[in-house]
Amino acid sequence: MGAAVATHWTVHSRRFEASAATREPAWVRGILIAIALAFFALFLLLPLVTVFAEALRKGWGVYFAALVDPDARSAIFLTLLVAAIAVPLNLVFGVSAAWAIAKFNFRGKQLLTTLIDLPFSVSPVVAGLIFVLLFGAQGWFGPWLIEHDVKIIFAVPGLVLATVFVTFPFVARELIPLMEAQGQEEEEAAIVLGASGWQTFWRVTLPNIKWGLLYGVILCNARAMGEFGAVSVVSGHIRGRTNTMPLYVEILYNEYNFAAAFAVASLLALLALLTLVVKSLVGMAGPAADECRSGTLKGIP
Amino acid sequence: MSIHVENIAKRFGRFVALDHVTLDFPTGELVGLLGPSGCGKTTLLRIIAGLESADGGQVLLDGENASDAHVRERQVGFVFQHYALFRHMTVFDNVAFGLRVKPRGQRPAADRIRQRVAELLDLVQLSALANRYPTQLSGGQRQRIALARALAVEPRVLLLDEPFGALDAKVRKELRRWLRTLHDALHITSIFVTHDQEEALEVSDRVVVMNHGHVEQVDAPEQVYEHPATPFVYDFLGAVNLFHGRVHGHHLHVGADHLPVGQHSFATGAEALGCVRPHELEIATDPSEPAGIEARVERVLSFGSTSRVELTGADRDVRRYYEVELSRERIAGLQLAAGQVVRLKPVRVRLFASSQAVEASV
Repeated sequence: MGAAVATHWTVHSRRFEASAATREPAWVRGILIAIALAFFALFLLLPLVTVFAEALRKGWGVYFAALVDPDARSAIFLTLLVAAIAVPLNLVFGVSAAWAIAKFNFRGKQLLTTLIDLPFSVSPVVAGLIFVLLFGAQGWFGPWLIEHDVKIIFAVPGLVLATVFVTFPFVARELIPLMEAQGQEEEEAAIVLGASGWQTFWRVTLPNIKWGLLYGVILCNARAMGEFGAVSVVSGHIRGRTNTMPLYVEILYNEYNFAAAFAVASLLALLALLTLVVKSLVGMAGPAADECRSGTLKGIP
Repeated sequence: MSIHVENIAKRFGRFVALDHVTLDFPTGELVGLLGPSGCGKTTLLRIIAGLESADGGQVLLDGENASDAHVRERQVGFVFQHYALFRHMTVFDNVAFGLRVKPRGQRPAADRIRQRVAELLDLVQLSALANRYPTQLSGGQRQRIALARALAVEPRVLLLDEPFGALDAKVRKELRRWLRTLHDALHITSIFVTHDQEEALEVSDRVVVMNHGHVEQVDAPEQVYEHPATPFVYDFLGAVNLFHGRVHGHHLHVGADHLPVGQHSFATGAEALGCVRPHELEIATDPSEPAGIEARVERVLSFGSTSRVELTGADRDVRRYYEVELSRERIAGLQLAAGQVVRLKPVRVRLFASSQAVEASV
């Protein structure tokens, strides 16, 4: 959806710029562009370059050694594992929540819509503490969990829970406006034609939301891999066991092992960049492709 | 298949959408549900389809109580105002959808589906567009595809919810005629909802006029137009001039003026509402004329085969508007000027009791 809006904007701004009546003076444009570029260079580009420069300062050998270290490999594996569990869970939760909010009317709908945003507004540290309070040794369910020999806090389940909590809104937020805009007439048409609920979902609803869904999943994945605060509280920082990549970077840094810290950090940054590339590819291929298709008959040049 | 709805009631919060409606839709007829927006016509259609559940009452399909039957089991075809075509599927896939989602045992073979879709696209005269997507079609084409899709599963009834509501005037007219021809060929029991009186009168075998959740009149189109049962129907089906007054003998006294009303069953002194269509009024320019309502000419609109004269009541304290339709020759003979005071004389007046009048003006 974002990409569709963006293409619309560029067309619009081109027309806006072409007209002398609506064009700003050159010096205004110059200053605005300069501010934007300076900000971009200073706050986004410079740190990114620094990460890679620092990582490679002692050469490729040290760089690769840092990445194949057993603790590093374990952190990479754990990060991918947590994302691989949390993202599908949030995919299901997000679709269900968006479906419920967009297509049904029920009491407390407004409350649910607000609650979905809670993970965005609450500090990740608080999110982590919630789970410690619930499942920690001194927490509400602590004694019961110890009795049954289930480990949640300072173990992988806790990491997954904290990540799921923090990344919950991404899919739902992306889908709710989309599904609300589409209404439910197509679903009604499918049911009248004899389709079952399952067939309606797979053949009508899912194809209509697939690009928005993919977009939400990508964002959700980016955050799941990069999450630090909430995960830090429930992790316990056990090397080789409960350290995800962001946590491992911090430990290495605190131990003055800068080369290794930046090497792992660069990998994390690389994953983030990759996510952005995939995201913009999806943005271009998805809604834009639909628009081209619909444009052929409307006489859009 | 015949449809019978019995005592259907539906509320949305405090709003009464349907107030115990009972109606019959005989087999093979095309019935128009006509009324202003919010009168409950779409709600009734959706209840018949099963897309909405009634608070009370029954829906009988072919004499069988279908109130608890699932939408899927009712075998109805539904056409939506905004087409509701599956936007990610081609025209072909849209039409084939109903056949492809059938349970494995009843699903036709792929060849048979292809053949059936081809037949349907032929029927709606859009065979050339099978591989297009809905966004590549015009509104009129989309609605014809929606109709083909609904017909694919051989529904027992066809329900159309303002099918031409989103189209421009010219296409509407074309599709109207086309729908009528199609119905004459298929003879499938059909109900279509509209707020356009011309559309209802032109297409339907019978018209059901609804207002505020209840039925005002059920009749053949010409009956509804020529003999409206209530002032509401009078007003809704075309323009009408209203005269509030008291009955004295063969006259209706309106303020200081009086109108001849002919035969009626009202007691002398009873309050009544006279309804007169614009073409049933004559204009008398002679000021000494004793009968008729005094009025002042505001504007004369001449285009097309008839001319319209807009007038206001001569008494400026009470704002009243009148409309008269005359032939162009007659207008030319009258030589009307804006501001001129004339008398309006009805050729025909329908009288209604004033209690009905109150309801109509709500």
